[in-house]
Amino acid sequence: MVFRRRRLALASVAAAAATALVAGCASGPGGSSSGAGGDTLTLWTHNAGNSAELDVVKKIIKDFNDSQDKYTVELQSFPQTDYNNSVVAAASARKLPCLLDVDGPNVANWAWGGYLAPIDVSGSEVPVKDQLASTVGTYKDQLYSFGFYDVSLALFARGSVLNEHGIRIPTPGKPWTKGEFDAALAELRKSGKFAYPLEMGTGGSGEWWPYAYSPQLQSFGGDLIDRNGHKSASGTLDGKESVEWGNWFRSLVTKGYMAKKSGADPNKDFLAGKSAIQWDGSWNAAKNAQKLGDDLVILPPVDFGEGPKIGGASWQWAMSSTCSDKDGAQEWLRFSRRTKYFVDYAEATSTIPATDAAARQIADYRPGGKFEVLVQFAREYATVRPVTPAYPYISTEFQKAAQDILAGADPESALGQAAKNIDNNLKTNNNYAG
Amino acid sequence: MTTKIAALERLCPVRRTRTTNARRRQSLTALGMATPAVVLLIVFLVVPVVLAFALAFTDARLISPTPARFVGLRNFTQLFEDPVFYKSLRNTAYFAAVVVPLQAGLALALALLVNAKVRGVNFFRTVYFLPVVTSMVVVSLLWTFLYRKDGLVNHVISTLTLGHVQGPDWLGDPATAMPAIILMSVWQGVGFHMVIWLAGLQTIPVELYEAAELDGATTWHRFRHVTWPGLRATRTFVLVTITIAAFSLFTQIRVMTQGGPLDSTTTVVYQAVRTGYDQQQTAYAATVSLVFFVLVLTVSLVQRFLTREKD
Repeated sequence: MVFRRRRLALASVAAAAATALVAGCASGPGGSSSGAGGDTLTLWTHNAGNSAELDVVKKIIKDFNDSQDKYTVELQSFPQTDYNNSVVAAASARKLPCLLDVDGPNVANWAWGGYLAPIDVSGSEVPVKDQLASTVGTYKDQLYSFGFYDVSLALFARGSVLNEHGIRIPTPGKPWTKGEFDAALAELRKSGKFAYPLEMGTGGSGEWWPYAYSPQLQSFGGDLIDRNGHKSASGTLDGKESVEWGNWFRSLVTKGYMAKKSGADPNKDFLAGKSAIQWDGSWNAAKNAQKLGDDLVILPPVDFGEGPKIGGASWQWAMSSTCSDKDGAQEWLRFSRRTKYFVDYAEATSTIPATDAAARQIADYRPGGKFEVLVQFAREYATVRPVTPAYPYISTEFQKAAQDILAGADPESALGQAAKNIDNNLKTNNNYAG
Repeated sequence: MTTKIAALERLCPVRRTRTTNARRRQSLTALGMATPAVVLLIVFLVVPVVLAFALAFTDARLISPTPARFVGLRNFTQLFEDPVFYKSLRNTAYFAAVVVPLQAGLALALALLVNAKVRGVNFFRTVYFLPVVTSMVVVSLLWTFLYRKDGLVNHVISTLTLGHVQGPDWLGDPATAMPAIILMSVWQGVGFHMVIWLAGLQTIPVELYEAAELDGATTWHRFRHVTWPGLRATRTFVLVTITIAAFSLFTQIRVMTQGGPLDSTTTVVYQAVRTGYDQQQTAYAATVSLVFFVLVLTVSLVQRFLTREKD
């Protein structure tokens, strides 16, 4: 009797535990649609804390909500560092919002993973074909996302400093060659006026590494992966040209041209005159112009052989695959595609507007404006990061290899290991088919 | 108590049922009280551990359109060919091998100091304990600045040596990165174990010291023959907790070095998190965790065996 009672008690403990578990899980696979209650559409953005951009999003939402009675869009903003994790967590719980923004290089991964649904924005004021190619996210020939702006990389310098050291000021028609660039750095180093002549933000972390340095790798003739089918990195990421890039990248540190790890605020160091040339994003162009005035020169990237290259694709808007009101979500996406919003975004965030029509309305970016050259870079030099679901993995491997090279690893073995890991990842994931 | 009841039962068999009823009620109450803890343990400990073990044999990914499939030992063969895994193991072992004796010893020394009956000792106790109640993330961030090439640590070195010695970039050099992290970790954790030692010290009866003093024992002899044997149980506890904490080194690495430079600070737990979240390889991370679990279990069992009651 005692024994039986005890067993009963034990069983009830187990049952209680099981119920708690089931209750915890039930909210997961139970519902198959989310993000819309009644006619309210939820929208997620990574912009919490970035009030300039957030205000534009709020403005579009308000205009949309006021323009019709059928749908109401509701904003939820996240800090950028937590945003991707929040999306992944929400997707596992099938609680994705209807509308969300996504960083350009992640579009393929999220589309493949079933987070995003293809969108149809035909009939909106701005046709997709008018946009800069890097601001449109496609996967398997379907449109998944679009952005209102892009950013560009450029070399920033003081014209007076270059002239003083007898260094030619390059133009988009005639960018620096590798030899010229190295000679310029040597000259600047010799002057002894700079802690480091070149500032490339090597203290940064995460996506900055592939964004900033893989275009240089591509200009050498290498790449992150063989883009033909995206099935192998061996022979490309550890090929002859890539290793050459690695050797050059390392030489910047050994020759004292660049800090192995730059300070907490590289742009501040450049503006304070600690470095002569900065490889940086267009988001600092306005600040540089304000501080340096006419002395600021915005230079095209160095041509290491295969022409100047910069990265492409910034944050873009997309619709989740579990959205229960896809018509409403696409209605919002179409509504937002107006030139005035493209202008608002670019002005608020000092970024490059995604269309020429918008660029013409912004003094700095219209033909003849002081940042027109950045639009030109984005149009002519932008290479999007490989459009493959494997990209997040490739990104981490490249980042580690590049950091190891700067720390003194042999470029051939560091890139070789990264290529091997990527190939192995592609193989175990069946090339991300399905 | 039990023998008394047993004797009573033998004397008066009639009263047996009532005793069993009472006992039954007692055990039910006990179970009822244990239930919340048991449920929480099952949900937050047993289930995740079982899940991790199961995931290690699948190809589960963080983001994936297809459900996980069983892949046998593929993750394990991949893991044992992974050069970073061996570096992680080596670094973890290195960290534990230095931190365990250093932190335990230093904590004991501090405990002996603050156990002294002098004025203002509470002030020192608080000071030594302060780093423990500060978040490790904050501590790591602060020390990252201290360790910079132009940071405070190098300024102090330069000033003390009148500018003759220029300190290295502590976290940027593979030779100094791990020692720098060890130093910081010991500084942060030593206060906690000081308190544990202190508790142990205060359980030793004062009479023993008085007797030893009367016998003319020196300070060293008093420590060797009174304090040290008296700390037996505390010793085991401190040893096991520091070892386990040292093996799970992660926060400092994540904030300060991200495993670099040249894998000189990557650890097993850091590798599990990096592969599991940053690289989306959930199953592979589960494999790392499983192997890690077995290793920690082995070490703990060995420690338990070595520190067992020999009589």
